[in-house]
Amino acid sequence: MNATVAVILVLAVGTYAFRLVGPALHGRVELPDRVQELLSAAAVVLLVALLATGALTEGGGFAGWARPAGVLVGGVLAWRRAPFPVVVLGAAGAAALLRAAGLA
Amino acid sequence: MMAPLVRDSALVWLASGVVGVSFGAISVAGGLPVWVPVAMSLIVYAGSAQFSAVGVLLAGGGPLAAAATGLLLNTRTAAFSLAVADVLGGRSRLARFLGAHLVTDETVAFTLAQPDPVRRRAAFWVNGLGLFAAWNIGVLAGALAGTALGDTARYGLDAAFPAVLVALVLPTLRTDARIRRCALLGAALALAVTPAVPAGVPVLLALAGLVRYGRKEGAA
Repeated sequence: MNATVAVILVLAVGTYAFRLVGPALHGRVELPDRVQELLSAAAVVLLVALLATGALTEGGGFAGWARPAGVLVGGVLAWRRAPFPVVVLGAAGAAALLRAAGLA
Repeated sequence: MMAPLVRDSALVWLASGVVGVSFGAISVAGGLPVWVPVAMSLIVYAGSAQFSAVGVLLAGGGPLAAAATGLLLNTRTAAFSLAVADVLGGRSRLARFLGAHLVTDETVAFTLAQPDPVRRRAAFWVNGLGLFAAWNIGVLAGALAGTALGDTARYGLDAAFPAVLVALVLPTLRTDARIRRCALLGAALALAVTPAVPAGVPVLLALAGLVRYGRKEGAA
């Protein structure tokens, strides 16, 4: 259990340090526009990579068909500008229905 | 000004609450005690890193790999906190320290979508404080219900988190072709290396996709 406590504390302290970067640097360091642009692009690139790996993989392998199919339903709903909860519940519902129908 | 902010935020809160329930339920169903997801949600407060760290723990990956994975994923919050630094600045030290803890993907996306500085500041605090409450209540509820829920895959909750991200990034991907190119290359790279490298690394390697960013609109 001590190891779990250590994981939580290291994660908490490290994450908070990352979050302080903005407030700590604000007003002291002027970032060039080019760098700011790249920072916001980097944020989106990270999020898309996170969603792609999260939708398709599990423990280094393929996550099965139900999850990516569910995410795809969520994606279509988002594309059609459905409200946020509809997107999320649509994705979960579709994955659940496919699993209930026997698809892994 | 507040009513529409609360109305729009409520959708984000609801979605995150649902994801929080799944986090609590998955953690407890996997064999972790209730306090682990609850404490993690209060003091780490970063959904994807929490999922990854718990995923590594439950897969037997060891504490070092779990912490490293979560931290790798959270390096992006440094970029996010820079993006909203003006909203957090100019107030008391306490407000800045408190506000920093509320920097999440969802709150930053919501804040940056506001048209002027006053609304951005209000949006950050309304959305951020509500999200913190919704996430933690959701996790607690999921953790308490965890064993009763049984196999959470049955509810398709594993598809919820990627769907949240889709909804958040889609507006940017629609309108910005440069970021779209980078993101597609990055995601392809991340997927390609996933079977070969430790968890957390694929997402960071995706940053290599930024080579396609180019210098000027339409130049690449």
